[in-house]
Amino acid sequence: MNQLSPISETDLLHRETIRGGGMWSKVIGRGKTMRLTDLEGGANVGLLLYNAFERQERYNMPDTLKGQHIFFLTAPYCLHSDMGRILCSVTGDSSGWHDTVCGCSDAKLVRQKYGEKSYQQAHNDFHRNGRECFLIELAKWGLGEKDLVPNLNLFSKVVSDEEGVLSFDASHAKAGAAIDLRCELDTLVVFNTCQHPLDPNPEYAPKPVQLEVYRSAPVAEDDPCRLSRPENGRAFQNTEVYNRLRF
Amino acid sequence: MLTESPYQPDQAVYRHVIPAGDRWMHTIRQGQIFRIHDLEGNQAADTLFYDAHHPDDRYSASDTIQRQGKLYLTTGSVLYSSLGHPLLTITADTCGRHDTLGGACSRESNTMRYALDKEHMHACRDSFIRGVQECCEHHLDKRDITCNINFFMNVPVTPDGRLTFEDGISAPGRYVEMRAERDVYVLISNCPQLNNPCNAYHPTPVEVLIWDEDR
Repeated sequence: MNQLSPISETDLLHRETIRGGGMWSKVIGRGKTMRLTDLEGGANVGLLLYNAFERQERYNMPDTLKGQHIFFLTAPYCLHSDMGRILCSVTGDSSGWHDTVCGCSDAKLVRQKYGEKSYQQAHNDFHRNGRECFLIELAKWGLGEKDLVPNLNLFSKVVSDEEGVLSFDASHAKAGAAIDLRCELDTLVVFNTCQHPLDPNPEYAPKPVQLEVYRSAPVAEDDPCRLSRPENGRAFQNTEVYNRLRF
Repeated sequence: MLTESPYQPDQAVYRHVIPAGDRWMHTIRQGQIFRIHDLEGNQAADTLFYDAHHPDDRYSASDTIQRQGKLYLTTGSVLYSSLGHPLLTITADTCGRHDTLGGACSRESNTMRYALDKEHMHACRDSFIRGVQECCEHHLDKRDITCNINFFMNVPVTPDGRLTFEDGISAPGRYVEMRAERDVYVLISNCPQLNNPCNAYHPTPVEVLIWDEDR
């Protein structure tokens, strides 16, 4: 966990706000960083990452956890693919904890927790769920059910006790919390802002996030993400070999 | 939770020993009882399940964790699919805890975890790739290999969010048993990992047994 530096206007490539219950997918090239900011507090970003060119290479929850001996994400850790490489590095994080294991909501869960609210009733405030948002965006890149793997839930904190019983920390997601994800491979980024599946809030109240993308400095030999674990150093080497041969 | 099974091995309708480093695929019919038996102790049985008729609907670690609010698997745990269907329910367990966070080893992840020169070593995800390729009727491929269960593995999470790889809590002769809630296709890689102390650097065989429900 650390504080994020302001983004200089000359490095900034893109800025937009994604409403609660929204969804987004684009390719972000290596060497660029995306910053996501929880604008109001209580946001959740369900996130999946794929190699933009070989989309069967994808974010892998177990390799990310066992490679770094962690159960959550923060800076200076890395998001590993299933191919021994790094898709994104967490270069900055003022949140301190992002959930890695709880997956996303589906239509049945949202109906049970929040009741029915259809498009005809509510127009664009109708109830969305994480699973459908992922499948809609994945389809635009030729991906589908097979590609829907355990996702990250940015800004959400879920802790485990000694017996493995999970609890959601509703006080965690603060307004202004932000995370920087620097792309180490050309990465297809797919996310939605549906509520966390274990969010105890009885109201359907997904929160907005701000997305910014900016040019980052080249990865130095003493980069904190590279040095945070010997496993990350080796995964950086694998990533550099891939990029050297591919481009 | 430690619970013993009433099923006797000599009444099983199917028995097979999977050697260390080998793969095994089989269809288990709804209602059948499926046991994995850790013959020599602390062996990891890396296991994937698919709906036998609609394999896009497959075991989902995150759905299983989310729907039970619990990380570890033992007696009473329901193994959920990505569409939220119960695939199997664990009905007996003499080990006490099984992992679904640690995933399977691959040649690529071995280079990350251990050393760049470990790439040649046989790994679970190569066994999984061959296993899904041999399931010809459904045209499965690498994308069908998702986060698996590691039966007999102990990967505790600490309250401050650290992941630890503890010595196994299994022992020779321990087993885990489950009832199929629908027809499921099971794929096991009997883990060949030689770099991890959890199996004392010594992969060993496991036995799989199946009973019909009306024994």
